[in-house]
Amino acid sequence: MTPINAVEMRGMVKDYPLVRAVDNVDFTVEQGEIHSLLGENGAGKSTLMNILYGMTRPDSGEIYLAGQPVQIRRPADSIALGVGMVHQHFMLTPVMTVTENVIIGNEPTRGIFTDYKKANAEVQELIDKYGFHISAKATVESLSVGQQQRVEILKALYRKANVLILDEPTAVLTPQEVKELFVVMRELKAAGKSIILITHKLRETIEVADRVSVLRGGKMVTSGVFAKDCDASQLALMMVGRRVDLYSTRRSQVVGETALEVSNLNLSRRGVPILKNLSLHVKKGEIFGIAGIEGNGQTELIEVLTGLTKPDSVTLKKDGEPLTGKPADFLSNGVGHIPEDRLTRGLVVPMSIEDNVILGYHKRPAFSRRGLRRTKAIRTYAADKVKEFDVRTPNAKNLCSSLSGGNQQKVVIARVFSQNPDVLIAAQPTRGVDVSAQEFIYSKLLDLRDMGKAIILISADLDEVRRLSDRVSVIYDGQIVAESKADVWDEMEIGLYMTGSKQAGEETSE
Amino acid sequence: MKQRLKSLFRLEDGGVLLSVLSLIIAIIISGIIMAIAGHNPFTAFRAIAIGAFGSQRAIANTFTQATPLIFTGLAFVFARKAFVINLGVEGQMYMGALGAALVGLMDLGLPAFIHLPLAILGGILFGALYAGFAGFLKVRFGSNEVVATVMLNSIALLFIGYLTNGPLLAAGSAAAQTERVLETALLPRILPPNQLTYAIFFAILACIFMKWFTDRTTIGYEIRAVGLNKKAAETAGISTGKVIFITLCISGAIAGFAGASQVLGVDRRLIMGFSPGFGFAGIAVSALAANNLLGVIPAGIVFGAMRAGSMELARTTSIPAEFSDIIQAMVVLLVASPLLVREILKVNQVAKKGGRKLWKLSSKTSSPS
Ligand SMILES: Nc1ncnc2c1ncn2[C@@H]1O[C@H](COP(=O)(O)OP(=O)(O)OP(=O)(O)O)[C@@H](O)[C@H]1O
Ligand SMILES: [Mg+2]
Repeated sequence: MTPINAVEMRGMVKDYPLVRAVDNVDFTVEQGEIHSLLGENGAGKSTLMNILYGMTRPDSGEIYLAGQPVQIRRPADSIALGVGMVHQHFMLTPVMTVTENVIIGNEPTRGIFTDYKKANAEVQELIDKYGFHISAKATVESLSVGQQQRVEILKALYRKANVLILDEPTAVLTPQEVKELFVVMRELKAAGKSIILITHKLRETIEVADRVSVLRGGKMVTSGVFAKDCDASQLALMMVGRRVDLYSTRRSQVVGETALEVSNLNLSRRGVPILKNLSLHVKKGEIFGIAGIEGNGQTELIEVLTGLTKPDSVTLKKDGEPLTGKPADFLSNGVGHIPEDRLTRGLVVPMSIEDNVILGYHKRPAFSRRGLRRTKAIRTYAADKVKEFDVRTPNAKNLCSSLSGGNQQKVVIARVFSQNPDVLIAAQPTRGVDVSAQEFIYSKLLDLRDMGKAIILISADLDEVRRLSDRVSVIYDGQIVAESKADVWDEMEIGLYMTGSKQAGEETSE
Repeated sequence: MKQRLKSLFRLEDGGVLLSVLSLIIAIIISGIIMAIAGHNPFTAFRAIAIGAFGSQRAIANTFTQATPLIFTGLAFVFARKAFVINLGVEGQMYMGALGAALVGLMDLGLPAFIHLPLAILGGILFGALYAGFAGFLKVRFGSNEVVATVMLNSIALLFIGYLTNGPLLAAGSAAAQTERVLETALLPRILPPNQLTYAIFFAILACIFMKWFTDRTTIGYEIRAVGLNKKAAETAGISTGKVIFITLCISGAIAGFAGASQVLGVDRRLIMGFSPGFGFAGIAVSALAANNLLGVIPAGIVFGAMRAGSMELARTTSIPAEFSDIIQAMVVLLVASPLLVREILKVNQVAKKGGRKLWKLSSKTSSPS
């Protein structure tokens, strides 16, 4: 049985103003394999996949699906040819239900009306088949990010995709969710479907992929090597072109006084308690990590800690002084914020990098004088930051929408680090960034801590929390249910706390 | 630079090319409608062109019509920058007219170079306050600005109607209008007796100023941030409520200027129902301007030309002047639906070259593999 190539792309080229995003790339995916596409931020992974999906038109190159030459001009073409894509940034309509989002463009009809009953039943059947644990009738805005992603996958499955492109599907998932996703992927593979997986987590590539291809600077530098023959360091070397230290970390040397203290935090929404009498504190020179499955109150906690939400009750103290007010007051009091979702809260994507890198700090004397923007100063500053944080772009005047996902994240990071906050609320700080950028952000976080700053790290990435935190805690159902010094718990134990199967009291006294 | 020029002409939302093409297609379609209705479209277009640009007087008429349209278009586009839909431009313009009239009617013994600016300021202030009230309702009570501003339109119109029929009615006047404003408060005319005043320059300068304002001031930056991603702006500590309120006030101020320029320049008094819907026409202007602050200038002139031309159409031909309205409505429809224009053009392209290929593709995809 010779394998048929489900996808074959030959000589693909895509130019953007001043950058060649995809440079004469050949790419092949066999029928029934999971193929991992790796590369640094801005290497051209999303662009190459957008070409295959018909979202982007290549300047040249040919595409063959199941051996047949095809013309893909728009997503409708590729969908009809059995290609499905889950984008790095979701494309859902928040106010509509899961079913409505899934069936859009493929509605089952009765007469001229959409047959919602049938649609709901079909979608729910798919949900149950893959164990997605969501309701077909829920509105998308009421779902967590992880659940929203499943809706995206459902959309492709509903259209009977034969080739499924997953662009950084795990960036937003918890370890458990990732495991579940892998089960789904293996099932799809067993059903003969081909999956292209883009990820920055090399462990995942090794765990789930059959073969690996690597893009660097728009060129294919490694194509189709077997994943089982590689280890993470080798893959990192292929991606970056130099060795990356993947596991280094260091613990805090000097822990100072309490920098931020939260107690008696209660918050409910529509009568449902979300945060329940939560207390926590972080000291100067310390990283306090909060692990937890998405939807256990993290978002609300972050909003309270940055002044975005007024809880029902809270005592919030910074350096012993009460901290109240609006987001602007928190910012000016030295509380920095890396929002968990760069597209909704982190960036104004249709504005330039220059505009975004000062967002929130735009009134500082360095950027504004008597109500006027100091355009030149902003320009120089932005150019510096782009260089310092290695944001891959030809020009800081470009819009943030022209950046690759990881590079957008670097803009957020550059903004807050450069303003030297006393306390940093870092939510998913490395979501979607490549290994080398991740190392860079980690070392920046550790530097900031070593300068005596306090950091609260909220992340769904368990490895990240364990590696960086001086003190680790777990949030479950709106409470900090367990807390421990670094390096005490293993992954399993944290996992048990995260799912609520174990409580702190079970070990000590209760 | 070249890149920027190029992107201006790409066929995307907000591109110049799209606006120009929409205009051309609108003219063609209206021509077809006219032909079907049994009129000669070329006669009509010729009349419109002569009425708009055929003589010095015609050009002056075009700019007279363009003046309030540039103001109201600008008011609408500017509010859009903060993602505020200000449908109350008409009402704010009326209130601005009232403010200008009140100051203009006051005999304070002031020289023109003080009285006139004061009267204009009165118009700006009334417009701003009136829009500010809608902003207050939105920010304080979360009311929808679209509904609020539309309601306020009716109130403004009725209020002006009451004033011009009652307390402010000119002595012995049969029409609902005030006395003439004082000589010292009049906007000078450029080519008397034509109604064109220096307000046209203020209108153009206002567009340039607002462009500078949004690009270069810190509050302008905040306005853009709020308009493009409210949540991110909020996260960045920007008080979105305050920004929306300020934006509405400024938008209303511009609308008020429009009212002032009519009262102090064209009509020289406040007349009930003086506006043939300049406020709403501003929305059409904003569409053709592709929500671009500087684009308002040419867009306002185009619509001004159509208004001026339609008068000639009615005067010299038997073709109803409403056909000019059809063109204007077509423009709005087409600019508002860029996809439609793109499809119209694509059909052309496909017919020319890619037709066969597309056919082949679609027949392949429909057969099961
Ligand atoms: N619309 C666009 N306009 C201009 N440049 C673009 C555009 N889209 C992508 N690029 C550029 O093309 C290059 C490749 O981007 P792409 O999004 O494919 O990267 P990626 O490999 O997916 O990165 P990441 O891992 O960060 O998502 C980048 O340099 C990016 O700046
Ligand atoms: Mg990408």
